[in-house]
Amino acid sequence: MAEFVYPKLIGARLRSQLSYRASFAIDFVTQVIAQGYEMVVILVLFTQIDALGGFTKNEVLLMYAFAGAAFGVADLFAGQLDNLPTYIRTGSFDVLLMRPLRTLPQIMCSDIRLRRIGRITGALAVMFYALAHVPVDWSPAKVLLTVLTPVAGAVIYSAVWVVACSICFWIVEGREFANAVTYGSNAFTSYPINVYSRPLRWLMAFVVPGAFVAYYPSLALLGRQDPLGLPGWVGWTSPLVAALAAGVAALVWRFAVRHYRGTGS
Amino acid sequence: MLAGMTTNVVFGLLRVAILVAALRAANGEIADYDIAAANTYVWIGQGLLGFVLLWGTNELAERVRSGDVVVDLYRPWNLQGALLAEDVGRGGYALLTRLVPPMVFGMLLFPFQFPQNAVQWPLFGISALLALVISFGFRFLIDISSFWLLDNRGLYGFWNVSSGLLCGLTVPIAFFPGWARDVLWMTPFPAVLQAPIDVFLGHGDPWELLLLQAFWAVVMLGIGHVTLQRAMRKVVLQGG
Repeated sequence: MAEFVYPKLIGARLRSQLSYRASFAIDFVTQVIAQGYEMVVILVLFTQIDALGGFTKNEVLLMYAFAGAAFGVADLFAGQLDNLPTYIRTGSFDVLLMRPLRTLPQIMCSDIRLRRIGRITGALAVMFYALAHVPVDWSPAKVLLTVLTPVAGAVIYSAVWVVACSICFWIVEGREFANAVTYGSNAFTSYPINVYSRPLRWLMAFVVPGAFVAYYPSLALLGRQDPLGLPGWVGWTSPLVAALAAGVAALVWRFAVRHYRGTGS
Repeated sequence: MLAGMTTNVVFGLLRVAILVAALRAANGEIADYDIAAANTYVWIGQGLLGFVLLWGTNELAERVRSGDVVVDLYRPWNLQGALLAEDVGRGGYALLTRLVPPMVFGMLLFPFQFPQNAVQWPLFGISALLALVISFGFRFLIDISSFWLLDNRGLYGFWNVSSGLLCGLTVPIAFFPGWARDVLWMTPFPAVLQAPIDVFLGHGDPWELLLLQAFWAVVMLGIGHVTLQRAMRKVVLQGG
């Protein structure tokens, strides 16, 4: 039965957002601009320097665009988890538990934020621009890598989102902690990770697998050596890391939901 | 509060890393910023962000939309003045909880550029307070725009995404190309964050910066006052 419910649910959410057209248009444009401002920061820095961490402007833009597109897609589906504290505090999480559907997909479908497509559109535009301006030795495998990278990145970000928000089952107002990881992770992965200090890099690139969203796939595409010394094939492992992250996220979520006790009244 | 501080510190660390990497690529100095100045810039910015409340709530706008604003308007007070007083009070608390912690964090753990002249400390205080007033001015205008727009969330969202870059939070305005720098300094945006940071770092003449901020504070409050007067003439009471 479930497979019939979700398309209907998602369809209803999308129609409801499109019914306020002007409001949607403004939200959409704001999201494109938000994504654009992050690019302006990179462009402003590159008016003063020629390379950041040894990477040229267009190479950094490629990483930024991969990260932006992946984060946009993840936000579309997993961003709703930011509302989890409300579900827990008001006890409406009980409702999700009573339905004969899994809790996580229910929350993810509770509000597909269509305006996020503005962010994705902006990032994809920069991605195509950057791909056209960086030296890539194209092969069918690299085309596949280019397509898979934002998808794998979106799965990684979504997994991070699920794990980070699971903290709300213990600390109800834990959303800001979670945001430090989710939004922080987006800011982190938009730049080459070799510019960060070692502790920050270990935490945000490997414990939270941010390095596999944009940095390593970009290195593989560009055919560049990793300044941090990891071998070249690492850039091709993002889909595996994504699958692993999704598995961990599922386990953490299941553990966290078991911890849920309801508000009692 | 601890949660907010975590987010604040994480973003501070990320911004420091990027700026320091850029400085290294430029042989240690860009536009009067060396590594210590860049660290100071980031941690004061992270603190001021909460003190001036760059990203506020859209509460007044919601009250306009729901009609509850009528209660605010018929009280025997000047609505703008009352809200400003409330915001300055909030600032007093935020001084201890939002402004001081990131600054101390930066001072203890990073190379930090302290003011060379003791008088810069009180001047920074005045500058931060003026910045709070200007930030209030922006938020107030965005709030009461809902008298005309009804749904001001587009404008509110636009401010939330734009203000960081335009006020000099994400990257120092001195890093911009000359023309963009000149255009930005002609707007009130840098007066909200870049100006107090410049006063602290001793970039530019502090008195000139304070004068500029005072000018924008008066202008923003003036526009807010006139706009509210106009809005009052528009208010239509519905229901009974």
